[in-house]
Formats: sequence, structure tokens, C-alpha cells
Amino acid sequence: MELGLKNMNNILELKDISISFEGEQILDKLNLYIRDREFVTFLGPSGCGKTTTLRIIAGFLKPDSGEVFFDNKNITNDPPHKRNVNTVFQRYALFPHLNVFENIAFGLKIKKMPKNEIKERVSRLLKVVNLEGFERRRPFQLSGGQQQRIAIARALVNRPKILLLDEPLCALDLKLRKQMQLELKEMQQSLDTAFIYVTHDQEEALTMSDTVVVMNEGEIQQIGTPEEIYNEPKNAFVADFIGQSNILNGVMLKDYRVYFAKKEFDCVDKGFKPRQPVDVVIRPEDLQIVPKDSNSAKFVGKIDSVVFKGVHYEMEVYAQNMYWLVQTTKHLKKGEEIGLNFSPDDIHIMSKLFDQMTNIMMATVIDEDTIKFLDVEFKRVFLNLEVGCQVKLTIPPESIHLVSSDFADIVLPLDSIIYKGAYNEMYFYYEDEEENDKYILVHSENEEEVGTELGLKFDFSQVEVEKFE
Amino acid sequence: MNRFSLKFLPYGLFMILFTLIPFLMIIWFSFTNESCGLTFENILKIGNYWGVIARSLAFALAATIICLVISYPFACFITKFSKLTQKLLIILIMLPMWTNLLLRTYAWMTILEKNGLINNFLKTLGLPQLRMINTPGAVILGMVYDFLPFMIIPIYTTISKIDKNLIEAGNDLGANSLQTFRRIILPLSVPGIVSGVSMVFVPATSTFIISQMLGGGSNALVGDLIESQFMGSTYNPWLGSALSFVLMIIIALIMAITRKFDKTETEALLN
Repeated sequence: MELGLKNMNNILELKDISISFEGEQILDKLNLYIRDREFVTFLGPSGCGKTTTLRIIAGFLKPDSGEVFFDNKNITNDPPHKRNVNTVFQRYALFPHLNVFENIAFGLKIKKMPKNEIKERVSRLLKVVNLEGFERRRPFQLSGGQQQRIAIARALVNRPKILLLDEPLCALDLKLRKQMQLELKEMQQSLDTAFIYVTHDQEEALTMSDTVVVMNEGEIQQIGTPEEIYNEPKNAFVADFIGQSNILNGVMLKDYRVYFAKKEFDCVDKGFKPRQPVDVVIRPEDLQIVPKDSNSAKFVGKIDSVVFKGVHYEMEVYAQNMYWLVQTTKHLKKGEEIGLNFSPDDIHIMSKLFDQMTNIMMATVIDEDTIKFLDVEFKRVFLNLEVGCQVKLTIPPESIHLVSSDFADIVLPLDSIIYKGAYNEMYFYYEDEEENDKYILVHSENEEEVGTELGLKFDFSQVEVEKFE
Repeated sequence: MNRFSLKFLPYGLFMILFTLIPFLMIIWFSFTNESCGLTFENILKIGNYWGVIARSLAFALAATIICLVISYPFACFITKFSKLTQKLLIILIMLPMWTNLLLRTYAWMTILEKNGLINNFLKTLGLPQLRMINTPGAVILGMVYDFLPFMIIPIYTTISKIDKNLIEAGNDLGANSLQTFRRIILPLSVPGIVSGVSMVFVPATSTFIISQMLGGGSNALVGDLIESQFMGSTYNPWLGSALSFVLMIIIALIMAITRKFDKTETEALLN
């Protein structure tokens, strides 16, 4: 996936960047362009590779393969001190033995700039970050917000072409963070510098950026303007990460026609294969509440909970055997019956992250009445199959239960979890005998963290066994 | 009596009995004579021994500087290893401290002696023999060997506590590794250097057994002098106390100067 066009404005280019630590692939063939004077945000959950990408740009890490171009020059092997980029560190990393002036002047002193020029530049930057008169203070005498501004000034005083910011606001309280977001955006607009900003906070990303790069597990999921990312998420991961959403399983019947929640609807999407399984996203603010007997009611349901959120109410509505998240300014009571309406362009259709709808697995008959797959063995009476013959198993996702690992048939890491209205759709990762990446699909009501090892227990009575020819 | 002072009582008693009273006794002895009369005679007598005091300070200073020169690069070097290797190396550094000081010094005697290990080795090679034992060099060597861990450990501790982000920040702002060292690592390790220097210099100044065993009679230090006032044939505890008292004041003055140097740095690390 690539960002933008390869034009003269590109200040930075990452080409096929891959890196792994201790055998774990952190970035996998990452490609990215960053334009001059752009505010780009790398957004993703922790461990998605966003900070690693930033450290590769800064020069603290060398990719295993791939190249970094700065102003069309290959800088992959340049050490950090030779790069025209500066970093604002997560914990500020101000020099404790130097005062504010000396901290900001650090880079300029290294460059042996004349004293009066250093003085002029430092005081100009102190004005930019609103901390005039703080020259003689030591870092430990400053508040978190002030330290952060000094860290920004210390980086910007060198007039880098790119400023890298590694979750710079995460240690600040909410109010200060909001204020700093606006200040950073203003600063960036008044300067000649591209900002690359790393965050896991989707709201921060949407407020500040020209371009948002959504990352997950070392891969770019989507690149676009905040509006594009919010309104047209490319897949269920992006939709889920960018904000609360109703994400449902659906089937594309033909162009402009989709089936989900046990009904058919018109939509504005096309280009899918007929009967292709898809993820359907409807934003909670796009669901309108109408009287339950109204003609426009697409579904009728009952309000299950109401929470006041300041500007709007957030409620869960039970309809069509699933829970719908709805945001509205109307005040309604729990238990009321209402109708839900939405228009075709409120329906966002996305290809599935995993196109598997159930679990189909190869297994071997190891005894008269015993079948083995992965490391799991189970008995099936009246099997009537020869020992050693191959069988195909179909394991419905709702027949697998999450249990503590002591009672589990198998323990696997959770790779992805998305709430689908009535259950969480979970994918568990494993490797088959040929070391291919495989996933087990589970529907569960449990809420679990991605990356944790969880115990799975199969309900073998629901497993379908077929002889494999 | 409130709860706090009750808890403090055993420690307070200990400090009064074993710190304050002995200290006052030293002062008392320093300014009295055999017949318990007040006198400055003891203090004035010290004038005869300025040479010994100066030698003690000079040897201690030399040993401290050598320790520092060895320890600093070594401490930096240790921090480059994995956490486990670092622990192992620190244990190896401390290991000699668990051996008796007397034994260690005897070991050096057998190495440096006229017919010791080194000279025997030189002899087999047909080289001229060296005079090593009973020289100032031998005393300083003994001090360095005995006190080296006290220099390495505080320096290692401060360097290993420096936030790695600061070094990255230095590189990021254009400093190469030499500039990063000079402008970031070195100034931030000053507190470690100061405590290392005081932990070596103070015991080295008042050491006595090393100088007797490795220095012979001609390199006696103030520690030996004090010892002989109490244990030797020249029994004179009043002069011994006066010597201790003056030595204490000299060391206190030197430490005050060193601490002052350290103050600005530690202040910055308090955040």
C-alpha cells in the first residue's frame, strides 16, 4: 500500500522496510511516502509497529531489509546524528544537568553556531512554545506540559525538515492534552516542517492530521485523510479502531445490494463478487430513531441501556437478535420500543480481514474411534473408517468455547477480535504442518485482549466429520 | 515520649554510646595530658609529623586518581553488557573484598618481594631483578588493589541509571558518540565520581596495615603513626588522639570541597 503520488514533494520515502526482533516480525515490507510540510499520524494499537517505524526514520534502528530515502537520498545507513530529522521523545528526555536555555541550545552548540545566533534562535523558539523567561529553570522545576514544550523547542530549534513525535502527549492530563493538540497543529502550520506523529489515540489522530496511517501488526491497514479513514474504513479493524461502530457480518448479493441482519438492503458499494461475505459497518450516529410503527423503520427493537455522554445519549438497542449501538440527542427510556432507520450511504461495506466463515480442518483417524487434529484427539463412535485415513472436519465457530487453559483442548494466541452485534468474532492463530499461517474462528461472548494466549474447548458433538477422498 | 522517639531509642543509644562519646573522648584526649590538665602540647607536637601527614595525603591522592582512571572506563564498559553479565561482573569485582585484607596484602608481598614471584620470573628469563617491595609504589599499588571496588561500584551505579533516552536525544540533536559522552554521560556521572573518590580517598588516607607490609619502615603513614601511639613502645594516646583529630578535620575539609563540586549535579538529578 502506498501513500500519495511519487512526486517532487515527497520528503521521505520508506521502501519495503522489514524488521524483526527475537524472531518476531515487527514490520513487514512497509512502503510509505511522506510529503513536505505534511502532518502525518501513525495510528494503531500498541505493538503495531508505529514506534518502530519512527525509530527507523530517526536512525535509532536499522531495518533488516528495505531502504529509507530522505529528499531522494538514501539515508538507510546514516547514523541519527547525521540526519536532518529531530525527535520529541515520549518521556521528553530533557537533559537534567542543563537548564532550559542549554537544553534548547544543545543541537546548535554541537553545530558550533555563533553565540549571538544561538541566543536569538533559542529565544524565538521559547516564544513559539510560550515559555519566555524560563531560560534559567532546570527541567525538574517544570510541569509536564512545560517540559513537553521545551522538548518540542529543543527539536524544532535545529530547523529539521521532519519532526518526529513519539506519543508526546500521553503523559499529560486530558485538558492539557487537548490544548497541546491545538498548539501543535498551529505550530506545524506556521513552520516549514513535516510532522510525523505517533499515537494510539484515534481522536488525537483525527483532530490533528492531514494524513492518518492506520497500522496493525506491522502492516499498514489504511492511509487517508481523517475524513476518509472515519467515513470509509477499508476493513473492520480500521472501523473498530477509529471509533465505536456497529460491525456485522453480511453477504454482498450483487452490486448495490447487500444482506445482513436477516434482511436485504440497498447500498452504494459495488465491485464485490456475488455472494461474497463482507463486513458491514454502520456508525452509531448514523442510526436514526423513528417510531416503531413508522414505515421508515428498518428494524424494530427495544432499548436495553441508556448512558448520557454530555452532548448525546448512547444507547444499546436489541433488534434482529443483536445489540445496536445508537447515538442520539433524544432522551428515551430503557425498555421503550423504537424503530431504527438508516440510508443506503450509511452502510459501509468492507472486505473481510479473514474470509473464513467457519473452520475446516484436515484430521487423521488414529484409532478405531479416535480422530486427531492439531494436538487434539476426540472419540466418535460408529466411525467406520480405517486407521490412518484422512478426514475433513467442519467445526462451527459457535461450538468452540473459551475456557481456562487447565481445561482447554488447545491453547492459542488471539489474533483479532471484533464485536459483531451479538458476539465477538475472534481469530486464533496457529501454524499447520507446512508452517502456513492458519486461523481458528470462534464466536464468543467473552471480551479478550489481542495477543493473549487463551484456552479453547471444542464441543465435539457439533463437529462434522467427512471422509476425505 | 511519643511513638517515634521510642522507636528511635535503641539507635539513639547506640549512636550516643559508640559514636558521640568516643568522638568526645578523642577531643578530650587531644587537649589533655597525663595528669588530666588542659594543654595544646599534643596539637603543637603534630608539627613534627607534617611530613608523614603530607605523605599520607599524597599517597591517598595518587591511589584515588589511579583508581578513578581505571574505574571510569571499566564502569562504562560493564554497562554495555546484558543485565545478567553485568551482575556477574559486579560480583567478580566484589569478590576480593570478601577475602581478608591481611591475606590479600600478604599475597602482594609474595608477589613483589625480593625473591617473590615477579623477580623469580625475571630471574628465569635472565633479566635484572627489580626493587619493588618497600617502595612508595608498592604502597600505592596495595591501596589501589584494596580500594578499587569502592570506586567502580558507585560510578557503575550512576552510569547504569542514566536514561538511555538521553543518549538517543543527544544523537538525535546531532551529537556523535564522543560529544554525547562529554556533554551528557560525563556530567551526569559526576555524583558517582564524587562518592567513589570519597570512598577511596578517606580510607586510603588513614590506612596503616598496607603501608607497614608493603612499604617497610620508610613509608610509614599517619595511620601507622596513630597505631604506634596506642599499641607500640611509644605509648602516647594523647598524641594519637590529637593526630586522629587533626586528620579528621583535614579529611572533612577536603570532602566539603568535593561535595560542593558535586552539589550542582545532584540537584539536577533529584527530579
